[in-house]
Amino acid sequence: MKFSENWLRALTHVAADRADLMHRLTMAGLEVEGVEVLGEGLDGVVIGEIIEAEKHPNADKLRVCKVAVGTGEPLQIVCGAPNARAGLKAPLAMIGATLPGGLEIKKAKLRDVESFGMLCSTRELGLSDDHAGLMELPEDAPTGQSFAQWSGLPDASIEIKLTPNRPDCLSLRGLAAEVTALYGLTPNDAAQIVVEAMTATQRSVHLDAPADCPRYLGRAIEGIDPAAPTPLWLKERLRRCGLRSISAVVDATNYVMLELGQPMHAFDLDTLHGGIAVRRARAGERIKLLDEREVELDPGFLVIADERNALAVAGVMGGFDSRVTATSRNLFLESAHFAPAAVQGRARKLGLHTDASHRFERGVDPELPRQAIERLTQLIVEIAGGLPGPVVEAKADAHLPSRAPVRLRAARLARVTGLDLAANEVERILHALGLRVRGFDGGWEVVPPSQRFDIEIEEDLIEEVVRVHGYERVPTAVPRGEIALRLPPEAQVSSAAMRAALIARDYRECLHFSFVASSWLRQWGMAEGAVALANPLSADLDLMRTSLLPGLVDALRRNQARQIERVRLFEIGKSFQAGDPPLETPRLALVATGTAAAEQWGVPAREIDFFDLKGDLEQLFALTGHAAAFSLRPARVSWLHAGRGAEVLREGRVVGFAGCLDPRLAAELGLPGDVYVAELELAALAARELPRAMELSRFPSLRRDIAIVVEKSIEFERLERIVRETLGPLLREFVLFDEFAGKGLPENTRSLAMGLILQEASRTLADVDADSAVQSVVAALERETGARLRG
Amino acid sequence: MDQLHTAALDATRLIAAAATLDSLDAIRVAWLGKQGRLTEQLKLLGKLPPEERKATGERVNQIKALLGDAIEARRTALEGAAYAARLASERIDLTMPGRNGSRANLHPVTRTLDRITDIFGRLGYQLADGPEIEDDYHNFEALNFPEHHPARAMHDTFYFPDGRLLRTHTSPVQIRAMKGRTPPIRIIAAGKVYRSDSDQTHTPMFHQVEGLLVDETSNFADLKGTLKQFVSAFFERDFEMRFRPSYFPFTEPSAEVDIRWDRADGTQGWLEVLGCGMVHPNVLKACGIDAERYTGFAFGLGVERFAMLRYGVDDLRSLFENDARFLAQFA
Repeated sequence: MKFSENWLRALTHVAADRADLMHRLTMAGLEVEGVEVLGEGLDGVVIGEIIEAEKHPNADKLRVCKVAVGTGEPLQIVCGAPNARAGLKAPLAMIGATLPGGLEIKKAKLRDVESFGMLCSTRELGLSDDHAGLMELPEDAPTGQSFAQWSGLPDASIEIKLTPNRPDCLSLRGLAAEVTALYGLTPNDAAQIVVEAMTATQRSVHLDAPADCPRYLGRAIEGIDPAAPTPLWLKERLRRCGLRSISAVVDATNYVMLELGQPMHAFDLDTLHGGIAVRRARAGERIKLLDEREVELDPGFLVIADERNALAVAGVMGGFDSRVTATSRNLFLESAHFAPAAVQGRARKLGLHTDASHRFERGVDPELPRQAIERLTQLIVEIAGGLPGPVVEAKADAHLPSRAPVRLRAARLARVTGLDLAANEVERILHALGLRVRGFDGGWEVVPPSQRFDIEIEEDLIEEVVRVHGYERVPTAVPRGEIALRLPPEAQVSSAAMRAALIARDYRECLHFSFVASSWLRQWGMAEGAVALANPLSADLDLMRTSLLPGLVDALRRNQARQIERVRLFEIGKSFQAGDPPLETPRLALVATGTAAAEQWGVPAREIDFFDLKGDLEQLFALTGHAAAFSLRPARVSWLHAGRGAEVLREGRVVGFAGCLDPRLAAELGLPGDVYVAELELAALAARELPRAMELSRFPSLRRDIAIVVEKSIEFERLERIVRETLGPLLREFVLFDEFAGKGLPENTRSLAMGLILQEASRTLADVDADSAVQSVVAALERETGARLRG
Repeated sequence: MDQLHTAALDATRLIAAAATLDSLDAIRVAWLGKQGRLTEQLKLLGKLPPEERKATGERVNQIKALLGDAIEARRTALEGAAYAARLASERIDLTMPGRNGSRANLHPVTRTLDRITDIFGRLGYQLADGPEIEDDYHNFEALNFPEHHPARAMHDTFYFPDGRLLRTHTSPVQIRAMKGRTPPIRIIAAGKVYRSDSDQTHTPMFHQVEGLLVDETSNFADLKGTLKQFVSAFFERDFEMRFRPSYFPFTEPSAEVDIRWDRADGTQGWLEVLGCGMVHPNVLKACGIDAERYTGFAFGLGVERFAMLRYGVDDLRSLFENDARFLAQFA
């Protein structure tokens, strides 16, 4: 809501300066968002009257004007504006004036003709951007008077951000009431206007949907001058409130809306057929709106109709066919109360947001329509003439909003706010807000005025009282309630611990949007079961991600494009799958490419491989205190390298994937090198086992190393299991320290070198026992896998 | 005997001049070895007349001790020098970079979130959670946003075809936390929220932290105190703060909180950082909590805004571009 400061002051007599006014409004919940100062620095600008305008002898586009300024001789002014003509009144900047743009007016010579001032456009006066010609002032503007004084300047356009609960402040009258309450001023009782009917012309009004529209007032005005211009003062007020001038009738309608808060509509009376009905739209009923779009309605819409057609969408926008045109002489004015529920959502459904719908959706004073239609009639007749008919009112009392009394208990006020307010202060505030107050023992019963839609319960009144009293005057305290000590269970690895582990391994944390392009997920083969947004922001953000990897890999690619060759990133977040309710799975994903270690001296550079990634994952597994619960086995997913992709299992359940990105997919994604990726369910990494201390053996251990040759198809994990099973508790530690394939070994075999650290719990292990244990291991390996000791 | 003494004095000079452990050892063998001069002298003692035996013995032993000490001192000096030389030869350039250090770090939003949840954790608020794909009931209706109410237009909502939506705030977690629980309740909910808005100051996804306290004594003054404590703790300095009346359907009275902030150009201005209010009785009722007996307050804040203020980030969107060079600044 944008308003003219001077207009507000004219309605309130508030004496506070602008800064204080803006502060008080803001601190009362009417947040001032911006202020534009208008017409400052117009000293020395007067109303001039051009009495002669001759062509400049030396320039085609200039005129030499004689301009009367009241007293003294007319001034000679050279002017280039196309509308400079004899008889026009326009602002004249006299010699010595400095205009808002900084232009200093001096005596000048334009092409050898002297000029003693400057006739101005609105832009030159800092009032608007219009620079098409001189600002045209009305004929009755007093020649020679200060322009600023005459036009109510300086002024300020103040913009406030109104919350949806305060539609009563969407008008100058409402704002004035608020300011009056805030400053404790005496309210200005506006005179009730009544414009007597001069004709008997009227239209019947029938309320077909009384709950949606419990009050409708109509009035005809005949014989107006359609060419009558909007008076400058009215145009100016509209402009300073952010509205453009359109035509006298529309301007007057907007003016009353701004002044009183009642959105109204004017129809061309001659286009109406028979009486007016306010009814629900019929299914499929079509109407061409003022914006020239034809829309289809359904019975959810309320319309104003004549005997034939819908004329307007109630509370939203008028129809094109019944609009007031540049030639309309006879009008039918509408001033109605539409229930918020009958308007809410309707404009949006039509892709509209209008001044009317904005107000009706939030609530317009149901008692306002009569006052508003009289005011509008008065303005139109004043500006464009015409003969008004009688006001016809249709109403359904049962459906008119009534304001139920609300009780405010003093004790509750103190309990909710922590503020001890004297009873007379509470009463002062309630009265200042225009509420009807009746005291009872321990509190007040309050009836809100008809324009307040936001006072229904005790807390609403509490807010009103504290708001006007001032939030800043509420003390500060701290909650006294007891604090229950509740900690996350120790048997859970926090995501903070996982993050720390990954950061220690040089993975940088990322955050991506949860929605991705469907084309992307399809490219990855991950689109199945994805949840699609009904109204995505754009086509590249239309699906909820089913995996964190496409986003992370894309970040990796973008970082590579910035010439960072070694990239390691991770993210923790949810992925989504269709379901009822949709499935949300917190996951941890990581991606890495480039060298295994950052470039440095003394460490040979080597490209990252699968086992680097696996080592990183094992770091996470270790956090659970039960790394042995995790295992990897070959995976068959399209986005992983068929020979270097693994499923990650915890206690036999698949909890994620890890491996090298499928090279063909990587190439499609624009990634030149190998990219290693992994994604795991966070829950699988979070479940942790508490440590349990065991007695340590006091006896020395023995180490035996064996190197075996075995077929490549035999997985290490199987060999390890055989070793562990064969040795049982004798095996304290087991380490793989070399793998070799190639020269000297049969094809399709490899040699694996393993260290076995053996120890007895209750005695010193003898060499012979260690040797025989190793022999049994070798025998078991040979028996089950065909492995042989390497000679 | 004097001869011996003179020779021994020469020997001490040789010892002091010995350049290596080997030459020092040669002197030791020559004097103190099995066939060394002093050893030989001692062997001869028995052949001396008894009255000379004692004095000569003492004299030889004195010389022996003298040489022994001199040799030992020289050995220590030579060994020390050798050790020092070895260490000197092993000297490295300590200023070269260390190996295999990690240069990674948390995302600034996570870092900020951790800080915020830590502060409230110390005030006794427990972390609560809820889904990001919400239903209308939890996101709006139970929070006192009637259908079609203009307050809903304050939230540009992402919808799914089945009517579900992406939560527009963390407030639905309030509903989930209050249902089936009896006060006292102190929770915070932290996480992603979504609004279909994208420009320099809006991203379609961002993070919020929501706090909720319900008990038998809490009031608006407690809310003010709590948020003042929080802001001071987070920024590690005191701010001029103001609580400005505002409107949220799920709180009444409601407020927005501004802090007095130094702008880049050196001026000061009010900057909105939090929304809050007393929990609306309709919300308590929707969760089965007696709104007469219990009162509560709730507050919500945008994590990105706090991150931006704390770490001097200008462009919100940069937080989601995942440019490693940008992220590396938050180590």
